[in-house]
Amino acid sequence: MTTIGERQQAAYVAAQAADARLQVELQTEQMTLNLGPQHPATHGTLRIVARLDGEQVVQADVVCGYMHRGYEKLAEVRNYPQITTLVNRIDWLSSFANEVPFILAAEQLMEIEAPPRAQYIRTILFELSRIANITLFIGEMGVQLGALTPVFYAFRDREHVLNLIEGATGGRFHPNYDRIGGLKDDLPKGWIDETRSVMKRIRDYCDELETLLMGNEIFDRRTRGIGVIPADIGLSYGLSGANIRASGVDWDLRRDERSPLAWKDCDWKVWTHPDGDCFARYWVRLQEVREATKIVDQLLDGLPAGPIQAKVPRIIKVPAGEAWVHTENPLGEMGYYIVSQGGLGPFRCKIRSASFNNTSIVPWLLRGVYVPDIITILASLYFILGDIDR
Amino acid sequence: MLAIDVTTYGWTTALKTGIVLAVIPAAAIVLGYTFLLKMMSHMQSRLGPMEAGPHGALQLIADGVKFIQKEDIIPDEADRRIFALAPLVVILSTFLLYIVLPAGPHLIVQDLDVGVFFALAVSSLSVIGVLMAGWSSANKYSLLGALRAAGQLIAYELPLVLAVVGVVVQAGTMSMQGIVAAQAHGEIFGFGAIGNPFILTQFVGFVLFLAASQAELTQTPFDMPVAESELVAGYMTEYSGFRFLFFFMAEFGTAFALAAIAATLFLGGWYVPGVTGNAADVLGPLVLGAKIMAVSFLIFWIRFTYPRFREDQLQTFAWKYLIPISLVNIVVTGVLKVVL
Repeated sequence: MTTIGERQQAAYVAAQAADARLQVELQTEQMTLNLGPQHPATHGTLRIVARLDGEQVVQADVVCGYMHRGYEKLAEVRNYPQITTLVNRIDWLSSFANEVPFILAAEQLMEIEAPPRAQYIRTILFELSRIANITLFIGEMGVQLGALTPVFYAFRDREHVLNLIEGATGGRFHPNYDRIGGLKDDLPKGWIDETRSVMKRIRDYCDELETLLMGNEIFDRRTRGIGVIPADIGLSYGLSGANIRASGVDWDLRRDERSPLAWKDCDWKVWTHPDGDCFARYWVRLQEVREATKIVDQLLDGLPAGPIQAKVPRIIKVPAGEAWVHTENPLGEMGYYIVSQGGLGPFRCKIRSASFNNTSIVPWLLRGVYVPDIITILASLYFILGDIDR
Repeated sequence: MLAIDVTTYGWTTALKTGIVLAVIPAAAIVLGYTFLLKMMSHMQSRLGPMEAGPHGALQLIADGVKFIQKEDIIPDEADRRIFALAPLVVILSTFLLYIVLPAGPHLIVQDLDVGVFFALAVSSLSVIGVLMAGWSSANKYSLLGALRAAGQLIAYELPLVLAVVGVVVQAGTMSMQGIVAAQAHGEIFGFGAIGNPFILTQFVGFVLFLAASQAELTQTPFDMPVAESELVAGYMTEYSGFRFLFFFMAEFGTAFALAAIAATLFLGGWYVPGVTGNAADVLGPLVLGAKIMAVSFLIFWIRFTYPRFREDQLQTFAWKYLIPISLVNIVVTGVLKVVL
């Protein structure tokens, strides 16, 4: 052992002190970045409180409820036909799909079933609203990543789908078309041919976006391996829809649940992707739009003739009981749990909306990612604010 | 060249300043209208502004008037003097860029011997203004945007300069007029009728220059400093009214200037084969303008089509790809220059 001279000792101590000082100085201060409630990337009023170290997220919390409209409570003071108007506004991009499970639940309690033609038209409109919803996502994802053009293509072609919905129901955004025991009206003249041409158009749009965005090197780099959700984690957070299918879970209520709607009569495929990253979620949704157009085409071919309304009493009273009906909505699993005590309206109506559960994984998912990836991940989870806050 | 004639110095300088000050907004309006408003709209299957003037040609003038009318808002927490100064610094860098742009044999404010070098040097001045804006705004988005801009401009200044070195080596001069002349008198395998635009020999340099100037202009795919979906508007978030207008003019003015530099360095500049003297002073600006529009078209086409990189991917792209490629380009150019 060598003995350390006094000078050396002093130098050593000084160096240690300098190191310590440097440590203190280099300890970067964490910054709290408040994304939202007003921020271009949150599609509305979602707030994300992110603690950042540089550009890296240390911890992120989701604050929702800025748009809570109390539909569950409102449903208790409305009668059944009035409630479809309310639930239209939950996921406003695919309004018709919100009505269907509620009506199905009421029909289940009343033990009536709509005639086959009504079920077919319901399914067609359900899939049209899926297309109207997800085509927008496919373009919107580009905007979130900085490519401005795709979203305009989305709006261009989505317009035709909205025209179809308007033609059939009279409402572009909030159709309010589903009735207990059937539908409000039959399809207008010429609607079927037009729908076929629009479906072709949507398939072209999907091809266009596939080459424009998915073929892009930068898009690939920004989405592959970003925001990976393992299947078990996703399931434990209650994810549903394309978000969980992108993690490789082959689960689609249209196929897996007994439903009076007409999906069982068509030949279509549930797409899954093993990766679970942002790219997989985008890819699965793109395939879903294609499958939806196929479903619509097949249903149009097999559309049965007949009435569109079953016999129901003029004043609808639902017998006492409980019913839970869930369907595969564009954003994921959406369900209504209705408790009836025999009155004109439900005693209690619990709404299970997909986006609320889908966003619950955000704090887990955002740890350690960079600020730009926050946006990519949020966009790829694809939520509608109305669907979170109800 | 720099011998100053004391009697005329005052009014010639005033005249030149006036011309440059008039050219910047004109350039911004031309580029903004043609590409931002019209080309982008048509690419996105919509019409864009149609009301103000024929096909909305006066829209940007109307917007300018609107910006001037707006209230000048300075945030309470902001560092007021620096906040006010930042847009001026940014537009100053644009202003200085125009000094060395030749539009004809006599149409140049000052033909400096170090022309290209001067242009690239002053173009990076803007980052100081951007940092000032981001820091003084007292806004987290602004700060993040400004720091991103600083990191990005430092990373991309290098390939920008290195891409130009190839041209300088080949031309043997840094003077802009000298580079135009070198291209005009060049020959393609003994065929000298149209000169030898350097895009033929320096194609790699041209691509590098375009990529780097895209980053320099903070345009997609390199627009992280102003990434709308993340940082609202980056360092410009707190600016409104005519201060915002300054940023806007600087952005498009710089785009115009960088396109002009690219047109001069790689596409032959104002030179028209067989035209000399005063006729070249008339035809030159038109030819240069056409070339600028062609280069701008490329820049904006990419801007409207591509998604943006992430910050770390951007740095990787600059340091691992652009800079090595440009270094190889310089070596190859140097060797060929000596050998041939």
